[in-house]
Amino acid sequence: MNNYTFTSKTKNITFGLMAIGLITIVGGFMTDHAPEGVNPEDYNHTRVWANILVNSWFFMGIALLATFFMAVQYAAEVAWSVSVKRVYEAVSSYLPVGAIIMFLVLLAGQLHLHNLYQWMDPAMYAEKLADGSPNPKFDEVIHGKSAYFAPWFFWLRTILYLVVWNLFQRGFIKRSVEEDLQGGTAIHYKNMGKAAIFLVFFAVTSSTSSWDWMMSIDIHWFSTMYGWYSFSGNWISAMVTIMLFVIYLKRRGYLEQVNENHIHDIGKWMFAVSFLWSYLWFCQFMLIWYTNIPEEIIYFQDRLHNYGYMGLMWTVFFMNFAFPMIMLMSRDSKRNYFFLLVVGLIILVGHWLDVYMMVMPGTVKGNHHFGLIEIGTALGFLGLVLFVIHSALAKRPLMVKQHPYLEESIHHHV
Amino acid sequence: MSNIVIHAIYDDEEPLMGTAKTLRSQGIKVKDVFSPFPIHGIDSVIGVPRTRIAICAFIYGITGAALGTLMMWYMMIHDWPTDIGGKPSFAYYMNVPAFIPITFECTVLCAAHGMVITHFLRSWLVPGAKAKNPDPRTTDDKFMMVIETKEASKSNIESILRSGGASEIHYK
Repeated sequence: MNNYTFTSKTKNITFGLMAIGLITIVGGFMTDHAPEGVNPEDYNHTRVWANILVNSWFFMGIALLATFFMAVQYAAEVAWSVSVKRVYEAVSSYLPVGAIIMFLVLLAGQLHLHNLYQWMDPAMYAEKLADGSPNPKFDEVIHGKSAYFAPWFFWLRTILYLVVWNLFQRGFIKRSVEEDLQGGTAIHYKNMGKAAIFLVFFAVTSSTSSWDWMMSIDIHWFSTMYGWYSFSGNWISAMVTIMLFVIYLKRRGYLEQVNENHIHDIGKWMFAVSFLWSYLWFCQFMLIWYTNIPEEIIYFQDRLHNYGYMGLMWTVFFMNFAFPMIMLMSRDSKRNYFFLLVVGLIILVGHWLDVYMMVMPGTVKGNHHFGLIEIGTALGFLGLVLFVIHSALAKRPLMVKQHPYLEESIHHHV
Repeated sequence: MSNIVIHAIYDDEEPLMGTAKTLRSQGIKVKDVFSPFPIHGIDSVIGVPRTRIAICAFIYGITGAALGTLMMWYMMIHDWPTDIGGKPSFAYYMNVPAFIPITFECTVLCAAHGMVITHFLRSWLVPGAKAKNPDPRTTDDKFMMVIETKEASKSNIESILRSGGASEIHYK
């Protein structure tokens, strides 16, 4: 069985999830009102929009980092992963859809349909009003960043990231199909060169995109660690998604040539990237905690003391650090499907919560609940992502035919 | 019936692997293999049990973390209470972020050194230890399989070894 069939039962589940998401978002816009103490005119359904942003970023990040992983495999000429190549290609195929959603969410902000990004409000920048009186909305810190956040520059960057990422992703997929028909090493070397260029571009844009779209929520604060921190969070989510799809396909009887040696290697990636994330999270936290400078510590004050996120904050950290560390330490656990399934799902939820913690304290502040809006929106996005990835899996044979390292990958042994 | 030791010399690792598989499938134990470089997958072929060094590493790591914690608690909290980062709380758990890097370093230090020392002691690679290699050529370009067996099965084993491609066979 080299061709995956996207059964109508699975399809209906994804449609069901998408319907739940759509209903919650529409219902959210109708029922969500400004909490006490917030001017209803300034509110603009912040909670619903913040949820859409959480899920746009989280799921686009999975597809984007699957593309990054693909580029790493090409650039380093990795052999073992060739057997699961079609799986991470399929995971990366959500990128165009995720990019469009991300673009629309940002566009909605620019059109003032929501105010997740304070700096998108032009009223913040003028020191004096037209009649010469001081502007009550004037914000000196935002004014100081006006060159970087000038609309033309912001949109130039946003469009550049999204378009270039997608061009590279499309190119990799296109050449992967061509290689099946053509064989030889020409495409392999071409992929290697393109991957190297992509990695250089991505090294810069993975950081700057997270500053522009995520860190700018807390516009008065900044951290040089933020880009890597969000990059590693997205990466572990992508690794877990790849792992879950490999396990799913194995359970359904596909991917016969993938054995526990390949699973072990993906498990090692999950373990290692979990540590990378924990390391970067902790580096950011410890330095800010230690120096205790008001303009820096505010980020963690908001997340620990000001709005009642403390329990969630520490849960996220231990869920994503201690849990995978202990559970994935031994060799046997990285070769056991059931174990990896459970740990993978917990890490995935943990990193969704991590993105939630990036967005919520700066947007809805104290008005956070775990209600239908949060769960429904996430399920809706999940349905969409599953639909796109399953369709991509069904589109191409699950095993590549002509990759130069295919034979080596099949005989992979650790 | 007396026991004999057979030393079979090979010119390559592939025929040695094949012969070892044949011997094991007939229930004959391979005592050891000497080779100039690590042969991938040889441990499972000759039936070497899985290493337990990972368990040692875990125990040494836990010990290191505990010792590091104890040291920092004694120095920074108990013996000479220190104001850490302008937060004079004088409690270990309140200052834990500052102690994490040192806990980590102590864990790695103890785990790494513990593993190396355990490995040296277990395989007795101590200063002045005599080399156990029966034939110095196995440090250059020859591969040797050592079999300990009963006198009676000698001819059977020898025919397996010869057909497997052994270039020399010695009895000790």
